[in-house]
Amino acid sequence: MADLLRANEEKLLDRWCEMVFATARGRVSADEVRNELAELYGLVIRAMSAADESAAGELRAALAALSRSRARSGFSPSETAVAIFSLKDPVYEFLADSAEMVPEYLTFARMIDDLGLNTFETYVATREEIIRQQAESMLELSTPVVQLWDGIIAVPLVGTLDSARTQLVMEKMLDALVAQGATHAVIDITGVPTVDTEVAQHLLKTVMAARLLGAQCTICGIRPQIAHTIVSLGIEFGDITTKATLAGALEHALRSAGLKVGPA
Amino acid sequence: MERVPILKIGQNLFVSIQIDLQDQSVVQLQEDLADELVATRATGVVIDITAVEIVDSFIGRMLATIGSISRLFDAETVLVGMRPAVAITLVELGLSLDGVRTALNAEQGLRLLNGSS
Repeated sequence: MADLLRANEEKLLDRWCEMVFATARGRVSADEVRNELAELYGLVIRAMSAADESAAGELRAALAALSRSRARSGFSPSETAVAIFSLKDPVYEFLADSAEMVPEYLTFARMIDDLGLNTFETYVATREEIIRQQAESMLELSTPVVQLWDGIIAVPLVGTLDSARTQLVMEKMLDALVAQGATHAVIDITGVPTVDTEVAQHLLKTVMAARLLGAQCTICGIRPQIAHTIVSLGIEFGDITTKATLAGALEHALRSAGLKVGPA
Repeated sequence: MERVPILKIGQNLFVSIQIDLQDQSVVQLQEDLADELVATRATGVVIDITAVEIVDSFIGRMLATIGSISRLFDAETVLVGMRPAVAITLVELGLSLDGVRTALNAEQGLRLLNGSS
């Protein structure tokens, strides 16, 4: 089989490239397709001839690279898999009239099927990696700690608060409090879409932790609908200062720090 | 067992915990502090826990108890220099140390006591 593939390399490869390029709909150039497939083709021959131990591993690695680059340029996993499977067609066309090659062809077909499935798995793994990275960078992006004044920091929260984010917000805020020697922290929840008992619980925890460090904490940016929800749910913020706006919270913090802002 | 020294600075007692806290040493500290409060008639206690990296529920509760004891002698307790990780642990444990005031560092803690007394 390997001999046959090698002997008719030009013809089979041409046919394969043609079929793959037809399904690519212009997302990759013909030359690119040819380069990729020629490499795969060579590796398939080496893997089939069984003389080369490392060929199978190299073939998998090349396939993984291929399906990763395909995933990035917007191919669906089935398109990539079909591109691999389509090598079977030209080979079959070639062997159609020689019955004695059937068992060999079946082995070859099974190998190609394996490779196709492999691209599928790599594709999924790549996608998951991308999703994980995005989730991570979202987590990073969504929790900035900004300095409002000497000794006053603000934490604008955007998005829903879950326990993982609360943990991160808490850590970042407390670290900033210690690093800057700040005595006031303002938590702005303008960007928090809903406040339920769980979110309130997380907010309370954050405020308590700040208090343990010796800092005062103000919550601001409670929108009217959210105020309504908080009251209907019977959530108690206890003795935590809440202000309608960030400006109000800043004024409160400045005043309790013994500072006064007035007309110049 | 290591003992935690108690220093008198002006009208306040200053306790800096520099060792890994064992349950025994905290209990001992409680007793020493009560004796010292009686002997010196101090009006404030500053407990510096900058060097404390790990707390458990027992030590957290003991810190709160120290606050309550001091209040019986009409002295105010300020806990200073708590690390963020320690604060998070205490909050997760559900200990908010209600009877104890807190400050970022020893300087601010002393100012708090002198300002309020």
